Amino acid sequence: MSIEDIQNEIIDEFSMFEDWEERYQYMIDLGKDLPLINDQYKTDSNIIKGCQSKVWVHAEMNDDKIEFTADSDAIITKGIIAILIRAFSNQHPQDIIDANTDFIDKIGLKEHLSPTRANGLVSMVKQLKMYAIAYQTQLK
Amino acid sequence: MFNVEDIRKDFPILSRKVNGKPLVYFDNAATSQTPQQVIDVIVDYYSNYNANIHRGVHTLSQEATDLYEQARHKIQAHFNAKFAHEIIFTSGTTHSINLVANGFSSLLKKGDEIIVSALEHHSNIVPWQMLCERTGASLKVIPMNAEGELVISEFDALLSKNTKLVFVNHISNALGTINPIEYIIEKAHQVGAAVLIDGAQSAPHIKPDVQALNVDFYVTSAHKTCGPTGVGMLYGKEEWLNKLPPYQGGGEMIDEVTFQKTTYAALPHKFEAGTPNICGGIAFGAALDYMNSVGFKAIANYEHELLEYATKKLLEIEGLKIYGTSKQKTSVISFNLEGIHPYDVGTILDKLGIAVRTGHHCAQPIMDFYKIPGTVRASFAFYNTKAEIDTLVEGVKKAKMMLS
Repeated sequence: MSIEDIQNEIIDEFSMFEDWEERYQYMIDLGKDLPLINDQYKTDSNIIKGCQSKVWVHAEMNDDKIEFTADSDAIITKGIIAILIRAFSNQHPQDIIDANTDFIDKIGLKEHLSPTRANGLVSMVKQLKMYAIAYQTQLK
Repeated sequence: MFNVEDIRKDFPILSRKVNGKPLVYFDNAATSQTPQQVIDVIVDYYSNYNANIHRGVHTLSQEATDLYEQARHKIQAHFNAKFAHEIIFTSGTTHSINLVANGFSSLLKKGDEIIVSALEHHSNIVPWQMLCERTGASLKVIPMNAEGELVISEFDALLSKNTKLVFVNHISNALGTINPIEYIIEKAHQVGAAVLIDGAQSAPHIKPDVQALNVDFYVTSAHKTCGPTGVGMLYGKEEWLNKLPPYQGGGEMIDEVTFQKTTYAALPHKFEAGTPNICGGIAFGAALDYMNSVGFKAIANYEHELLEYATKKLLEIEGLKIYGTSKQKTSVISFNLEGIHPYDVGTILDKLGIAVRTGHHCAQPIMDFYKIPGTVRASFAFYNTKAEIDTLVEGVKKAKMMLS
């Protein structure tokens, strides 16, 4: 599936929720289910700066596609990363670079996009794209 | 007579909604809310008096200058400084601390020591580290215990003839502990050291008397005491302020300028370069007027009641741990739910319209001491109610249910 298709799928899922509580409960559950990053990658250099909670992201290239794994010590943050990883993992670097992130707004998480938010969703998206740029350079 | 419902009517923001719920504002240790009386002063200033001060011969400038200097006198009276020129307007506590730290860089040499406490905010650690780097002086730290109190016997042991400056906050922002500053000031003076007290967290709860305390420097921010952000003050004893060199160069702070030499203005203008936050200074005075009209004794009594009520209610939640359990503390409760990140709790509380602070509260050393990433901090002011505390308790229970 393309990034856009996955994003639309996520938007559909979130449209079923009636209030913030259901939305957050779903994110919390996603967070609990997030495949954990291999402990060896939970290093200080893999921590994303700009988050109040700790967030680790690791990227690996397999068959020209990037696979992301991640973890956080806060569960809501983990839920947010789980959503991002679902949209961006196992995709070509160029597609990740080109992807827009409007879907975050559409699933009612706009508040997490503000630069004042301590969870650093903006930093996470930036970090995923940075990995994509780095791997894209290798492909050339 | 203290009536919280009447007081709440003074604060327009308390009737707004957040995320569809009535706002419960428990982030008072970060900034206090502003009563209509202070908002009116700000509007009145820009509607009727706005001008640059101290220089103009025209009426507006003179009226604005009078208001600004009246505010300085109000602050002087509030903190009981001996002279009005011992009150320096700054942009806030951090600015005030940096002003003193910068001044001391010409007074310190290698081998000198500065003592700070383990309970400090980052803004109380970094300027001294920078000062030590510049001068070769070294930084000593008074340790804390598990209750979040300073280990005073260790302070005694750190004091020596090398001690030149002791810097302690009156009240810890992260835990609410009230430090024994009277003792610290007296002991520091015995070895000839100067003492700077950070009053940012105490000014909203306690009316300090700088002369009775015999403190050398005392700093605070207006926005902690119902005033606007971006303005604060440095109190310094006249003799100390005369000893320190000017901090920033600019207009206002000069006496005579030629390209060969500049002589500096007398206190307080020596430290007030450039056009100040005139409206902010005037509003600072009005904010202290407001708090004095409520009365600091009544405020302290009522806030203590809120603290006891909230402590009892929160501790009824299983798995909730409070950090900072000194008997001497103000209305701040720093807590965590077992196994749950403070950020998650804060996020859920925000959805319920409850404003708390989460994180390390710019006091990472304290969090390291407890080996936690941070806490949820609820801090109460005199305009908060027990009903709001009930809302918080229900919110924490809901967060616990959703997150565990």
